Amino acid sequence: MSAATLFPAGVSTSSRDEPVVRVRELRRAFGESVVLDGVDLDLAPGEFIAVLGRSGSGKTTLLRALAGLDHGVEGELRSGREPAVVFQDPRLLPWRDARANVGLGLRGDRAEIEARVSDALREVGLADRGEAWPRELSGGQRQRVALARALVREPDLLLLDEPFSALDALTRVSAQRLVQELWTRHRPAVVLVTHDVEEALLLADRLIVIDDGRIIHDERPALGERPRRRDDPRLVERRRALLALLGVDDAAA
Amino acid sequence: MSAHTAGAAAASRATNAAAATEASRPRRVSRRIGWRWVSPAVLLALWQVLSATGVLPEQTLAAPTDILSAAVDLTKTGELPTALLISLQRAALGLLLGTVVAIVAGVIAGVSRVGDVVVDPPMQMLRTVPLFGLVPLFILWFGIGETPKVLLVALGVVVPLYLNLVAALRGVDRELLEVADSLRLSRRERWRHVVIPAVLPEALVGFRQSLGIAWLALIVAEQIAASEGLGYMINNARDFLQTDVIIVGLLAYAILGLLTDAIVRVLERRALRYRDEGVLA
Repeated sequence: MSAATLFPAGVSTSSRDEPVVRVRELRRAFGESVVLDGVDLDLAPGEFIAVLGRSGSGKTTLLRALAGLDHGVEGELRSGREPAVVFQDPRLLPWRDARANVGLGLRGDRAEIEARVSDALREVGLADRGEAWPRELSGGQRQRVALARALVREPDLLLLDEPFSALDALTRVSAQRLVQELWTRHRPAVVLVTHDVEEALLLADRLIVIDDGRIIHDERPALGERPRRRDDPRLVERRRALLALLGVDDAAA
Repeated sequence: MSAHTAGAAAASRATNAAAATEASRPRRVSRRIGWRWVSPAVLLALWQVLSATGVLPEQTLAAPTDILSAAVDLTKTGELPTALLISLQRAALGLLLGTVVAIVAGVIAGVSRVGDVVVDPPMQMLRTVPLFGLVPLFILWFGIGETPKVLLVALGVVVPLYLNLVAALRGVDRELLEVADSLRLSRRERWRHVVIPAVLPEALVGFRQSLGIAWLALIVAEQIAASEGLGYMINNARDFLQTDVIIVGLLAYAILGLLTDAIVRVLERRALRYRDEGVLA
């Protein structure tokens, strides 16, 4: 099905043993304030990692560095061959319809691009909304277009910067499920930046916590296969521990 | 307020008047649009009566019927179409020149910091220059041929378009530019998909203002010294006290102004389709 057209065999990911992301001693300072202070990180192909941290901890700065959007970082940084970003808000071009937004900047054979765009829109459940202007779509639909725009590029690294935080609770749940499905099908390496511990535990295989520009915690919780349940005792237990690590009292959270 | 901006305001008021009333009128009232013609028709009839009874002498203001027949005659002899074409040519040339200069200067100032430092101060100075005060200088420099007329139009066009364009370029959503970066768009794709559509609405507003000034500048320029064109036709008529021909010339200017404004409005509507479509759905 569409998975096959989006990720032709042999092109999908880099070779299995080579990490998609390799970061050593990554540093980023804005004037006096140091936002990233010696970050080391390796990411295997297909690995789903969540980056947790309080606001201002440097997690978004790390993601922007991985996306190649930050030219002021120091240290060693090797990121995906084809990284794709989904931002907190959809950031669609308001003057292009959904199709054109998804196909933005794709090069090559016109007909093939059209087919890929159709596949991507179908995968995010918007096959019939391709001709809609962004303003005609709901918030959740817009974010799904943004997801299609990232996916259609056949990324080996998918960078998600709190992509669900602007959505209402119900839309968020279905968007999270969609990301999980897409990841299961295409297996890009994923970096999900979030401040939602539960979301991180539901979706990711590996969690890192950033504080003051450093990775202070790195774990691969044994939570079993997806889809995971929010009330799974293992998940609840990890959630409590991680919240404590982030300095949040669970009872208050 | 400088003469230049005063001129701009007057011009845009004139050309936008029709647009404004049309836009602001609620839908249900437009069905009774017929009523809006009553008072102009009454005034016109009054004018005709005053002319016919001799209260309004022909040397002061010709009767509407005389104006109509003058228009027909001038069209038949080819005098009016020729004059119209020549004035249109001057306006188009000046508009083209002014637009090119405004776009080049606007892009330089709007995109690069150095360009802004270099280009913006002289453009801001230009803004304060009273446009029509330059006429004597222009005659000294360029004589009374086509050059001073075209240049005066061009000069009037440059400023509003430049100002709007620079503001629009500076206001391009940085987040969308970041998307362009993250999608690895080429410089060309960036302009085509992000920058140009983003600045187009504001640039067109500037262009409409420029258009208003262009006609105003043309009318003034053609008053000074012209051996052809609408201004020449009007000046000639003045010498022979032909008020009907003068009015015909003024009407021709007005129609040209309305026509070009309508064209830009159509462009604006096309450029803003994404904002207007589906809103009522």
